[in-house]
Amino acid sequence: MRKSFESDIQHLKDELLVLGSMVEQMTLEAVDALKKRDIDAAHRLYAMDAQINARRYAIEEQVMVLIATQQPMAHDLRLLASILEIAGELERMGDYAKGICTINIRMGEEPLLKPLIDIPRMAQTGVSMLHRALTAFVNEDVEVARSIPQEDDIVDELYNQVYRELMTFVLRDPRNIERANWLLWVAHNLERLADRVTNICERTIFTATGELREIKASDDEQTSGSQRLSQ
Amino acid sequence: MNANNDQYVLQTRNLSVYYGDFKAVTDVNINIPRNKITAIIGPSGCGKSTLLRAFNRMNELVPGSRVEGEVLFNGQNLYAKDVDPVEVRHRIGMVFQKPNPFPKSIYENVAWGARIHGYRGNMDELVERCLVQAALWDEVKDILHRSGLALSGGQQQRLCIARAIAVQPEVILMDEPASALDPIATLKIEELMQELKKSYTIVIVTHNMQQAARVSDYTAMMMLVDEHSRSGTVIEFDETHKIFTRPSDKRTEDYVTGRFG
Repeated sequence: MRKSFESDIQHLKDELLVLGSMVEQMTLEAVDALKKRDIDAAHRLYAMDAQINARRYAIEEQVMVLIATQQPMAHDLRLLASILEIAGELERMGDYAKGICTINIRMGEEPLLKPLIDIPRMAQTGVSMLHRALTAFVNEDVEVARSIPQEDDIVDELYNQVYRELMTFVLRDPRNIERANWLLWVAHNLERLADRVTNICERTIFTATGELREIKASDDEQTSGSQRLSQ
Repeated sequence: MNANNDQYVLQTRNLSVYYGDFKAVTDVNINIPRNKITAIIGPSGCGKSTLLRAFNRMNELVPGSRVEGEVLFNGQNLYAKDVDPVEVRHRIGMVFQKPNPFPKSIYENVAWGARIHGYRGNMDELVERCLVQAALWDEVKDILHRSGLALSGGQQQRLCIARAIAVQPEVILMDEPASALDPIATLKIEELMQELKKSYTIVIVTHNMQQAARVSDYTAMMMLVDEHSRSGTVIEFDETHKIFTRPSDKRTEDYVTGRFG
């Protein structure tokens, strides 16, 4: 029954995975370009954002057509609603990677304030979480979807570390403020990327079980940026 | 009397319906909430119409039919010996798949049932009120003495609804009331149902799942008891939004997502 609908859904899942891998690649390469201060690469990667946006809209349109023509119900409806949501999350993640390219370009000839160590780690951890979260989504693996958000703590911890380190540079010499600020924004973007992985995991659980609930990482309260900044 | 009378207008207790030796419906236990629309959905031949007809003893018109169990109407068993089936059908009206106005004037279609049941009020007012409630008044107020059969299909169905409410029932049973109508007439009936539920309880059988999802508050999902059986039963009863977004029974999931069979 409903063979063409099934294959349309499979196609959409494939498209979502392609979109995800574009975001993964763009994020890792944007950080790498920053590390190497490769502005040409930053320009090239910046352009990738438009492709990501175009793919997101294409997915959105296909979902709309399926909703209009197939009147999906129950699990099918939850799956399509989740694909819409996740495509949006991925597009926003692409914007974070684009933001990192913008910082790289704006820094111009200025050298990095410090060699990048924790920031690439944040990128790798976040991208690894994203990759596994998307795999869990297409496989509807609820167990994995529940476990990944816990790893957000690792990214948050790295972010705190980057923050503390950059603050010492600023305290040592206030002229470092602008260069420290650039890197802080990079770290912030990566921290947000990892946060959004949790949203994807929430959608996986919703698709599989119908249960729509916010997943909280274990020490969400302690590590939220705004709270720490207010201390 | 039942403690839940206020909330539920109809309740079935281990209800089974037979046509001769054939058990068409098996062991149904559901509660129909008052002033709500309850949809009965399920594949063809699973007993939806039979269940609906059991709610106002309409099946008795089929020779050899009988029921086991109870249908409680405001707590009282409809199948108790002292209950008059004509009175039952007066309190629990029915609208059929194919509009079936009498070959009489629009006015008489509405007035007839009320007159039979001894209505003594102002008949002109009653006819107008019912036609207004059935969202037909504006279209027919100048042609009340024209034949009901001269109306369009959608208008005829609304006339049948006006006729059903003229005897002031508590419940209106609808057996695929829009399946013979075009999309615009269908939409009118669906909008009308939302108005009617303020005053009546509606139970509707429909093959159109989108219609069930759009119009009803509760949904009863019917299915054959098992693959060897020709008898149907209610496998899941819940709020409509739940049936169509996250049903509890795998068979409901398969049916509403179109993977049944």
